[in-house]
Amino acid sequence: MKALDLAELAARNLREALLRNTLTTLGIAVGVASLVATLSLGVGLQELASRRLARSGLFDTVYVTSRQNFRGLGGAARRLDPNPEQSRPLDEPARQQIEHLANVVEVYPEIRFTTEVSYAGRKQLATVAGVPPSARSSDAFEGLQGGFFSGPEAEEAILQVDFARELISQPAALIGQTLLLRYAERGPVETPKGSRSVSGGLNVDDFGLGFSVIPREKSLHIVGILETDPGIAPGGFGRGRMFIPLQLAQRLKPVQVTELRDLMRASLSSTTPIYSSLTVHVSSAKQVQAVEDAVKQMGFLAFSLLDATRSLQRFFAILDVFLGIFGSLALAVASLGIINTLVMAILERRREIGILKALGAGDRDVRQLFFAEAGAMGLAGGALGVALGWSIGRVINFGTNLYLHRQNLPRENIWSVPWWLVAGAIGFAVLVSLAAGIYPASRAARLDPVQALRYE
Amino acid sequence: MADRNGAAIHTDEVSRHYTMGTALIRAVDEVTLEVRAGEFLALLGSSGSGKSTLLNLMAGLDRPTSGAILAFGHDLAGMSSQELARHRGRTVGMVFQAFNLLPRMTLAENVELPLRLAEVERSERAGRVREALERVGLDARLTHRPGELSGGEQQRAALARALVNRPKILLADEPTGNLDSHTGDEILQLLGEINTSFGMTIVMVTHERALAERFAHRIALLADGKLVKDPEREGQR
Repeated sequence: MKALDLAELAARNLREALLRNTLTTLGIAVGVASLVATLSLGVGLQELASRRLARSGLFDTVYVTSRQNFRGLGGAARRLDPNPEQSRPLDEPARQQIEHLANVVEVYPEIRFTTEVSYAGRKQLATVAGVPPSARSSDAFEGLQGGFFSGPEAEEAILQVDFARELISQPAALIGQTLLLRYAERGPVETPKGSRSVSGGLNVDDFGLGFSVIPREKSLHIVGILETDPGIAPGGFGRGRMFIPLQLAQRLKPVQVTELRDLMRASLSSTTPIYSSLTVHVSSAKQVQAVEDAVKQMGFLAFSLLDATRSLQRFFAILDVFLGIFGSLALAVASLGIINTLVMAILERRREIGILKALGAGDRDVRQLFFAEAGAMGLAGGALGVALGWSIGRVINFGTNLYLHRQNLPRENIWSVPWWLVAGAIGFAVLVSLAAGIYPASRAARLDPVQALRYE
Repeated sequence: MADRNGAAIHTDEVSRHYTMGTALIRAVDEVTLEVRAGEFLALLGSSGSGKSTLLNLMAGLDRPTSGAILAFGHDLAGMSSQELARHRGRTVGMVFQAFNLLPRMTLAENVELPLRLAEVERSERAGRVREALERVGLDARLTHRPGELSGGEQQRAALARALVNRPKILLADEPTGNLDSHTGDEILQLLGEINTSFGMTIVMVTHERALAERFAHRIALLADGKLVKDPEREGQR
């Protein structure tokens, strides 16, 4: 029998026992709905996590440090290095070279320094971190009251809320106010002539005894209060209690903690700035490995959280499998309904099967007819189930957001029904239905037509 | 063996035995019978004589326990179930005592069913259905369901369904059994016309000797599964 004829006859047969077939189809629909609802939440959570991580910048970022940071102190060690290129300093030319690598979006140094902040006569020590303009779209600044910096070199500051509370009981009132920053500026210094060896046979020249410290003050306009702690990633903006534009931080030339270590190196005697680390933003997480390798080729140490991403993907894959199994349980129960319905149909349509065989239907035609009916119920149940599961997911999402709203937390989309889930769920429903139809279909096909024609 | 002396059907010592508990039922027992092409044969016998079983064997609905059944030279006993289905759909047409129309389908749909099973092109079907129903005088009742028709009309519709695939052999199992005598006469006249006009071979099972004598060319008598009287064989002796 041709496929269209088969479909028409199957549809006609399904219409005949409308109530029973509808209930069976609804059973499948409920099974598929539970599958879709659970998986849509699993997928939604995965997407939420991925989105969060992508916005956090952790997984499309490579952190670069100089190999010098991990070697012995001073030029003696450098002299022992068999390959001088391997221990090149992380300076501005290096930053620019990294910036020109393929798929690199942005490279910025970590600038973090300790300073005294004065507001309305109250003085507090604080760690100040330089923040690049790209941080505006980062999750790190999501809970920002007020606004982001007006420009890359704006003399503005954003305060972490806990720090702001140390200055004033109502942090929000600080927005629009001015505070005073007292910090140490790094200045050049002449290397003392005629210096002699200090220890271990090394010369003073090898240490490049470094920089002068000039006390400075800077007034900054407070533009925002940050509710959350903006991450603790290496090279990130974490561990700062106050944030200023990165270019402003570079212009201030503050003495950083890491420079005390670098003081022991000749590098600080040079006129170009030396960075303790660089943060490299890559266009996508997929390109991180290539950029990381390229940076290592340049002679620097590079580190990314790519492996952590892979672990996360593995975790969600396992979670999805578990959710899928739980969701499929209802579908398995529904498949018993299909078997029951089709076995009942064989009993009711025994004579009809006999007539079909007398008119020229082969065992295969009868088997295909029952398969088509099972498949049609699976298809209809699958489509209905996807719609139902989609609705359930939306309701759960709505309920979750209602809860988040009441907790004064931002809205989140924890539910997602991608096209592959729709197609997969319908396909799975059809497959399960066909599997459930195997027994009834072969039983119907095996019916003896003579016996079937005698059946009343 | 396209046809053995022009035989449409030839049964050669064909038997169909059943076991019922420990008892062996010989429904058909070593029957040798020949039906010539274009012949109208009546299989006469009382209830349980094995005539319907023999008809089912000729139709390919059942398989013999032993012996051979040749339809236009092809041995049904050696056919696969798919080949038997093809034989039922294309070589033979069947009419039953109980009409066996599908009640939820219209007459047109009932008559179209063998065409669907034989995978006849859709474009051809409507014409063939109308033609078959015209032949039995029901072309005005295309959209009626069997329940809306009289017994005679239902049997005529069943006849149209049996003829729609233009089979070479028509097998009728007590076609007048559920009809009054007048309507039964009409049906048999129709069978006679079909036999005469198209030269179609007809094998009819009946227990009504009078009807068989009026319309059939030959009457073979069965009793207890055995062929007890066949003018053809008597002539050969």
